[in-house]
Amino acid sequence: MAISLTRSTKSFAKRLGVGAMATVAALSMAACSNGSSGSTSEESGESEDIQAVEAENTSDADALPTVVPGKFTVATGEPAFSPWVENDDPASGEGLEAAVAYAVAEQLGFARENVVWIRTPFDTVISPGPKDFDVNLQQFSISEERLEAVDFSSPYYVTTQAIVSLEGNAGADAKTLADLKDVKFGVAVGSNGAAVIEEKVAPNQEIGVFNSNDDAVAALQAGQIDAIVTDLPTVLYLQAAVLDNGVVVGQFEPVEGDGDEFAFLLPKDSGLTAPVTAAVDALRADGTLDALAEKWIAEGAGAPVLK
Amino acid sequence: MVSEDRAVRPTPSQVELDRRTFRKKQDTRSILISIVSTLIFAAVLGFLVVGSPGWAVVQEKFFNFEIGAEFFPRILKGLWLNVRVLFFAVIGVAIFGSLLAVARTLKGSVFTPIRLLAAAYTDIFRGLPVILVLYLVGYGIPGLQILPRMPEAFWGTIALILCYSAYVSEVLRAGIEAIHPSQRMAARSLGLTYYQTLRMVVFPQAIRKVTPALMNDFVSMQKDVGLISVLGAVDAIRAAQIAAATTYNSTPYVVAGILFILFSWPFIRLTDWYTARTQKREQVGGLV
Repeated sequence: MAISLTRSTKSFAKRLGVGAMATVAALSMAACSNGSSGSTSEESGESEDIQAVEAENTSDADALPTVVPGKFTVATGEPAFSPWVENDDPASGEGLEAAVAYAVAEQLGFARENVVWIRTPFDTVISPGPKDFDVNLQQFSISEERLEAVDFSSPYYVTTQAIVSLEGNAGADAKTLADLKDVKFGVAVGSNGAAVIEEKVAPNQEIGVFNSNDDAVAALQAGQIDAIVTDLPTVLYLQAAVLDNGVVVGQFEPVEGDGDEFAFLLPKDSGLTAPVTAAVDALRADGTLDALAEKWIAEGAGAPVLK
Repeated sequence: MVSEDRAVRPTPSQVELDRRTFRKKQDTRSILISIVSTLIFAAVLGFLVVGSPGWAVVQEKFFNFEIGAEFFPRILKGLWLNVRVLFFAVIGVAIFGSLLAVARTLKGSVFTPIRLLAAAYTDIFRGLPVILVLYLVGYGIPGLQILPRMPEAFWGTIALILCYSAYVSEVLRAGIEAIHPSQRMAARSLGLTYYQTLRMVVFPQAIRKVTPALMNDFVSMQKDVGLISVLGAVDAIRAAQIAAATTYNSTPYVVAGILFILFSWPFIRLTDWYTARTQKREQVGGLV
């Protein structure tokens, strides 16, 4: 039987350069805070309209049962990586998830400066006890089993699982699923990848299960595995920015009813589930989500569907 | 000896009898107090845990029988990989650790480079965290492409051997150096060569002296085989992690923990038993 792995890919693809990125993040945060203080001084020079609007927003937001009253606390991974969060700096609002978080916050009536970012590892999400975040945003995918333990908003992004390999590796030039039989796959623990591989390919070699996509990348580069399976945006990112001679082999057809829908994760029975879902639905309806996905993710570029 | 003495002993005085009664009373009292205090402690602890507002959730998240039962076979299958890795790692550590220990105890200035090398090796590998060695070996050495692709567990075993040989060689060295020089002198004067002395006189005694410490290292290694999962191998811990990620429930970790305890428990008891026996034999007359 297939091991049913359904946690979304928490693919911390950039951990390889943590040191460098921490520096970048620190610098960009510094730059960002400068920028925001600049804009505040501009605004303060302007009329009272803005303040009035802000006051109204604040009163809306105050009514919501957030962890810190008046603040919208959003958790993400450590580090968060492209294309979900650019430069590991969610406060910049750059990257799909950062942008979606600010759009949702706006829908809920939170001013931009009232959005607080924190970092959480996966375990704090499932461990019992009070949570220090309102929503958690790191490519969590919706599944029936998980709904027993946590709440999800409606999805802000739908992806498929895809394969990235290196030139010359077994299966790197596969055209069909049958060509992938002898490939040694690697996935991050808790990702959908293993379930999809088992179901579609049923490979002859046992799937390697790594702590993160970073470890899988290290194994790929060391020649311990032939290919990595993870969500398509991450595959594109790995191919473009991380791997030398990286090849996008292709993507799988979506698995019926199984979590390739990324959504905001909320604590079980959170009072915010309904408002956040409504906000995401509104953003989907007015085309904002599509526009953001278009902007931050090169939609399916050069990744043929494998049959 | 007590029974022999008793026959010739005079009847104790009334004062002594009173003392005995008093002592017995005190004993009973202290036993009662310890029982009561243990019960109260357990009750308070139980009340704090079970009565806590989050207990129902914790119980559901960590002690969910259904989930535990569902994933038990997979975790057990993972444990089998741990057992196999341990088997080969122990053999490797026994060989490599002994060689290192001998290398460090070699006498003679000719062997200085070997001694230094062995000393540097044990310094480095006792200092390096096991998980770091796993990463370096598991992702580094295969990249050299000297060998064809080996299973993750193979590199995990190599890394464990590298780390634990350093610990074990230090223990063995301590044992070797604890053998009194007169033993060596006697052996050499009987005509045994250096190597024969080491093999037949020094090593057996050294191992006997340090067996408890060696068994302690063994138990420690038994747990550390769980770290090979970082290389992608699906062992007991990784199987539990997969199950936890699937269900958003931590019961599989508890299951894996229990399996690991059951797996190491016989050796832990054996170690304690052996230590106690050695102590008894070597410290006849008892402790003061």
